[in-house]
Amino acid sequence: MKIAVLKGGRSLERGVSLRSGARVEDALERLGHEVLPLEANGEMVKQLAAGRPDIAFVAMHGPGGEDGTAQELLEILGIPFTGPGVAACTRCIDKVLAKHELRGAGIPTPDWFAFNETAFRELGAADALTGLEERLGFPLVVKPSRGGSALGIKFAENWFDVPEALVSAFSYDDRVLLERFVDGRELAVSVLGDEPLPVVEAIPQSGDVYDFEARYEIGRTAFVCPAELTADESSAVVEAALGAYRALGCSGFSRVDLILAEDGPQVLEVNAIPGLTDTSLLPQAAEAAGMSFEQLIERILDLAMAPTGA
Amino acid sequence: MSEPPHRRRAHASSSDLERYAGLFAERTRVMRSSAMRDLMAVTARPEVISLAGGLPDTSSFPPQTFAAQMTRIAQESAAEALQYGPTEGFSETVDCIVEVMGAEGMLPDPDDVIVTTGGQQAIDLICKALVDPGDVVICEAPTYPGAIPVFCSYEAETIQIECDGEGMRIAELEDTLERLDLEGRRPKFIYSVPTFQNPAGVTMSLERRRRLVEIARSRELLVVEDNPYGLLRFGGEPLPPLYQLDGGDFVIYVGTFSKILSPGIRLGWAVAPPPIMEKVVLGKQAADLCTSTLTQYFVREYFSDGRWREYVESLTELYRERRDAMIEALGRYFPPQASWTEPDGGLFIWATLPPYIDTGDLLAKALRDDVAFVPGQAAYVDGRGRNSMRLNFSGCGENELREGIRRIGRVVEEQVELYGAITDKGSQGKDARAATPGGETEEVAVDELEPFNNALGGDVLPFRKAEGA
Repeated sequence: MKIAVLKGGRSLERGVSLRSGARVEDALERLGHEVLPLEANGEMVKQLAAGRPDIAFVAMHGPGGEDGTAQELLEILGIPFTGPGVAACTRCIDKVLAKHELRGAGIPTPDWFAFNETAFRELGAADALTGLEERLGFPLVVKPSRGGSALGIKFAENWFDVPEALVSAFSYDDRVLLERFVDGRELAVSVLGDEPLPVVEAIPQSGDVYDFEARYEIGRTAFVCPAELTADESSAVVEAALGAYRALGCSGFSRVDLILAEDGPQVLEVNAIPGLTDTSLLPQAAEAAGMSFEQLIERILDLAMAPTGA
Repeated sequence: MSEPPHRRRAHASSSDLERYAGLFAERTRVMRSSAMRDLMAVTARPEVISLAGGLPDTSSFPPQTFAAQMTRIAQESAAEALQYGPTEGFSETVDCIVEVMGAEGMLPDPDDVIVTTGGQQAIDLICKALVDPGDVVICEAPTYPGAIPVFCSYEAETIQIECDGEGMRIAELEDTLERLDLEGRRPKFIYSVPTFQNPAGVTMSLERRRRLVEIARSRELLVVEDNPYGLLRFGGEPLPPLYQLDGGDFVIYVGTFSKILSPGIRLGWAVAPPPIMEKVVLGKQAADLCTSTLTQYFVREYFSDGRWREYVESLTELYRERRDAMIEALGRYFPPQASWTEPDGGLFIWATLPPYIDTGDLLAKALRDDVAFVPGQAAYVDGRGRNSMRLNFSGCGENELREGIRRIGRVVEEQVELYGAITDKGSQGKDARAATPGGETEEVAVDELEPFNNALGGDVLPFRKAEGA
């Protein structure tokens, strides 16, 4: 098959995307496919139209590639593509929207408040912050609604930290959420097709649970796959993950990030197009399930070509 | 007959990665890599106005001169210029170095000089010769961002001494040395960029230079003086380098041709007392045998007509105009809560914003407007500097500089307004001031300067307020 690999783009996760894309291209070549590498830029649509690939492998992360934009263009061009469709991407990229969907579907997710910039600038939202302490407690986590990596995520230990954390989060998106901090084990469940892959646990090595950057550095976070979970824990985690995947309408593949607290799992977010680099969690989970990277890529292609799209 | 060439394959599986991870040296754990690096990767997009680099202007170097010199080398010395050279560098290159140092009043013994692959390698080789894991290295706060990874890769414990308008605060240095004494620890060296410092643009005063050299003498401590910018002065009186004041007993000197000629030729040097030089030479042998002979020939040719000073003067004039343009733009486009240094030379301005603005996050926002700078945190080992930024004025033309500052100013302004909107009506904690009747945005803005100055312990770096502040 002739396969276009879409990568790069302008998002802050451009670097990750380029690494994912390069690795996918290598695997596709090894699988004997004809690869059409495409940088996501002003020429992309023209190149897609001229190249007429049988399918597009979307290896883009963050706004522009993971939010439904690229997927929408591919639908217009009539080119099948890997991973979730437009609607699922649109829901996943927006943490606030995703959390509403999850709540609606009865999937546990930590309590939150969401604000957009206009609320502060024009509607006096600052007055609404008073309810924070009793509703969410401290510490709490402040996040941009859209954005994939650790950038812009801050802990607020108390009142003094909140305004600054809000300003930081608003650097990445005009909507931010303040979320109850849930203490527990950090887990990721990758879903392939409709099948959960073995659970990955991320264990920060620095001992500082507030250090989000640590988890993006080799050696500062240990990943255990499959995670050591009891049968009950495992089924609760997988049930929540699959529930989230379905509630958001994902197909093909996605990754669900959760916290396993004492009273059960809480879904933090769903990554519509998780990283495929050599340190990424989806390939690790696939390998724990006995799949090589090529087999994983092959399966993703099959799922994309399947007539149901799932 | 033989396998066709093929591209290196990506790792077949993630267990391969695990296999490599098990092989990594302990020091790779402290090598820095982070989300910030991904952020900086985005600054490389061609449409971005980058005030992040430290690039000298190379566009004004006459191509005809370059062509004539390289032609002459090819015609007259091809075999030698393409051959290995001595580890210490050619004596002719050292002559050029002595001439450059002489222009700042220094008179090194040519035997004490080693030619290195850029000043960066000189820093690396000095660490290689002196630093064991856990050893203390002292430097300025903020310090040259490129020195931090070197200190980290030798697993040094880096202690940073605050700077103000006169450079490193020597009183704080003395306190730190006392404390280390009590702990029975002796720093391996004190690293300083005393003139037009990278990143802060400040210059150490003569009095502090003298005190630093005295401290080094009386305590028998080494100082590493990194002086890439000393000749790029466009205001004020030249000050003697530490090396000159000390005479080269306790000061190791690091120099470079990068800022007075070209960073592309990768030529720098170190000057050190013979026992240290011996170890540095051994380290250099292990690292790369010798510095590029071809570029050493180029420098020799270039210096032969004695016009290198004219070129430095033309660069200095160019940078003065660019600094003026940047300062003018800062005054016009940055909000009154911001402050910045006004360097008399070099390549950088250090701007400081209110403490609630994290310049790492601000960079993400600025990149959406296609403009970049270096977040201040890159110049610290301990997470400080979050509300500062380094701005380079040598790498872009004046119009681009103005436009870049305008864009950054706009995003800063937005953050300041937003913070005002969040805290103005916030009714708890931090915002006792908001309870004041009539605590409108403007008043809040003035209040904000208090924690700002306090957080910095007073006027840590000299700053000029924007107009109207």
